[in-house]
Amino acid sequence: MKLVQIIEWLRARLRWVVKVCLAILAVLVLLDAVPGVVDKSHAHTQIERWPGFWAIFGVVGCALLIVVSKAFGKLGIMRKEDYYDE
Amino acid sequence: MSDLWLHPALILVLGALVLPWLPERARKIWLLAIPLLAFWRVTQLTPGIHGELAFLKWTLVFGRVDALSQIFGYIMGLVCVIATLYGWHVKESGQHSAAWFYAAGSLGVIYAGDFLVLFVFWELMAFASVFLVWYRRGRRALAAGFRYLLVHVAGGLSLLAGIILHHGATGSLAFQSMAWGQGGVAAWLILVGFLLNAAVPPLHAWLPDAYAEGTFNGSVFLSALTTKTAVYALCRGFAGWEILVPLGVVMALYGVVYAVLENDCRRLLAYHIISQVGYMVAGVGMGTAMAINGACAHAFAHILYKGLLFMGCGAVLHMTGESRFTELGGLYKKMPWTFLFTLIGGLSISAFPLFSGFVSKSMIVAAGFEGHRLGAAYLLMLASVGTFLHTGLKVPYFIWFGQNRCRPETWERAADPPWNMNAAMAIASFLCIFIGIYTPYLYNMLPHQEVVADYHPYTAYHISETLLVLLFTAVGFFLLLKKLEPTPTISLDLDWFYRKAGRVFLRVAEGPVQCLDAWVGTLYQRLGLAGLMRAARLMGQFDQRVIDGAVDGLAAAIGAAGARVRLAQRGHLQESLALAFAMAAVLLLLFLWIW
Repeated sequence: MKLVQIIEWLRARLRWVVKVCLAILAVLVLLDAVPGVVDKSHAHTQIERWPGFWAIFGVVGCALLIVVSKAFGKLGIMRKEDYYDE
Repeated sequence: MSDLWLHPALILVLGALVLPWLPERARKIWLLAIPLLAFWRVTQLTPGIHGELAFLKWTLVFGRVDALSQIFGYIMGLVCVIATLYGWHVKESGQHSAAWFYAAGSLGVIYAGDFLVLFVFWELMAFASVFLVWYRRGRRALAAGFRYLLVHVAGGLSLLAGIILHHGATGSLAFQSMAWGQGGVAAWLILVGFLLNAAVPPLHAWLPDAYAEGTFNGSVFLSALTTKTAVYALCRGFAGWEILVPLGVVMALYGVVYAVLENDCRRLLAYHIISQVGYMVAGVGMGTAMAINGACAHAFAHILYKGLLFMGCGAVLHMTGESRFTELGGLYKKMPWTFLFTLIGGLSISAFPLFSGFVSKSMIVAAGFEGHRLGAAYLLMLASVGTFLHTGLKVPYFIWFGQNRCRPETWERAADPPWNMNAAMAIASFLCIFIGIYTPYLYNMLPHQEVVADYHPYTAYHISETLLVLLFTAVGFFLLLKKLEPTPTISLDLDWFYRKAGRVFLRVAEGPVQCLDAWVGTLYQRLGLAGLMRAARLMGQFDQRVIDGAVDGLAAAIGAAGARVRLAQRGHLQESLALAFAMAAVLLLLFLWIW
């Protein structure tokens, strides 16, 4: 099974994979700040022109969704699996 | 009939009726041929009004073919081919027949030119689709199916009431676009009927309830047809209704919030249907040419990637018997191909560049920004974050990686599914990527061709924006992984009111009602019984001598007839219902085509 081998090859080098991913992220943020590469005239609002705005939007949005949803679930929304069975 | 026009739905209906009577081997070919034939017929339709039928004082229209109905008809036909192939190895022909009746209902609604035809096919969808839940068998599926049917019958009633009022006010049954705020109560009742099928909160709880309980292949049909047919109906009738924008945005976020809490992967996907349909509903509400294009394109792309995701999770359920994250994990060694296909579905729904969601979803968000609906547009971007968080990261991570929580027998059973399931997933995966790369395929089908040339998804800004948002969502995911660990819980939703509160009401009612019943019983015994006994004695004598003779003869005749009917009637409620619906459908079709 080739596919499994590829996945295991990547898993064996997890630290290395994580470093490459972080490097890609950094490059993307830098590229986003270069006007010659990313033409910000397509932006719809002023705030989007800040360098890395959408990166911050991603991280903060993700954290916000998780924290708010979990808090909402703890209000009594999350119940044991046999709740409806009695 | 004015002309001989073959409705694609008729192919599926006839195919579904013949299927159970075919021998095993012929059935296998039939299962591939009929959906292909129906899909081919859809592609051959020419624009115009076809299949007109004089009925009482109205002219019913079965075939309104234009750009809007064609894009929806095309994708419904296509997904029917893929989903039937996915469940091809299922021996029970009733499941396939139910699915085809359901798809026929969906095609019927899409090509319906008037409300009467629309309503008939609308109900066919509800009554056929419930069998895809019931075939899962067991108490939970049975109960979920009945709840599903109950809710849809209620929605259908609202639709019917609206249609009757609409006809009373305008004298017309034609299904045309209505202006925002016009049409009075009739328009609102019709809208409520449509919104219920589109699963707009607070009319949404039936969706996760039923779709998570459906059969592994039935849920693929369910995920594709009902909500998107409703999106079509909204596009046709309610484009530009302002109220749909806030409703759509609420939907998009509602599904995402519940998806965080969900432990069952198919329920999680079901909540994401609500979220994704939210984009489409918001697009319909904006009502501009680009927004309607976006809603149609997104419905098209959504049917493929959501079908693919349901196929992936359905494969896990089919092979391991489990769909809960707390009972899965680490399966990449056992089901690598299912992982790859599900990941492609996850990347498509998350709108990664080169995948289908990227070229469809963004059209709605862009229409929002261009219409200066900044709040709506930013909230839809936030919902995209949640989409990738769950469908792109949580589902693949906790099923195929993460901690291995499988019980030994689950682990033992896990393997990649039969070839036909893999093939169906491969076709859907290919289409998801193809749409993302070769945009004219989808864009040439959009209803407003005049604005298609104005929109380019692959600008440097859009790619950079999307990659940053999504990849940094992944950073957030791995930083907060501990918080996302699945827990063996269910989440209460608005179905609580008809599941739990109904029971509480019953228990409260039991006390007084039983008390009253006992009291009436005592009174009756004391006062009524003595007189009654005397009268009964006289009646008894009359009965013995006169009536018995006549009844005995009749009873013997009925008994003989009953014995014959009983052969077709084995006491299973679902089977009896299926028989009744099938007979009603046949009678209806005969009636319509012979008229």
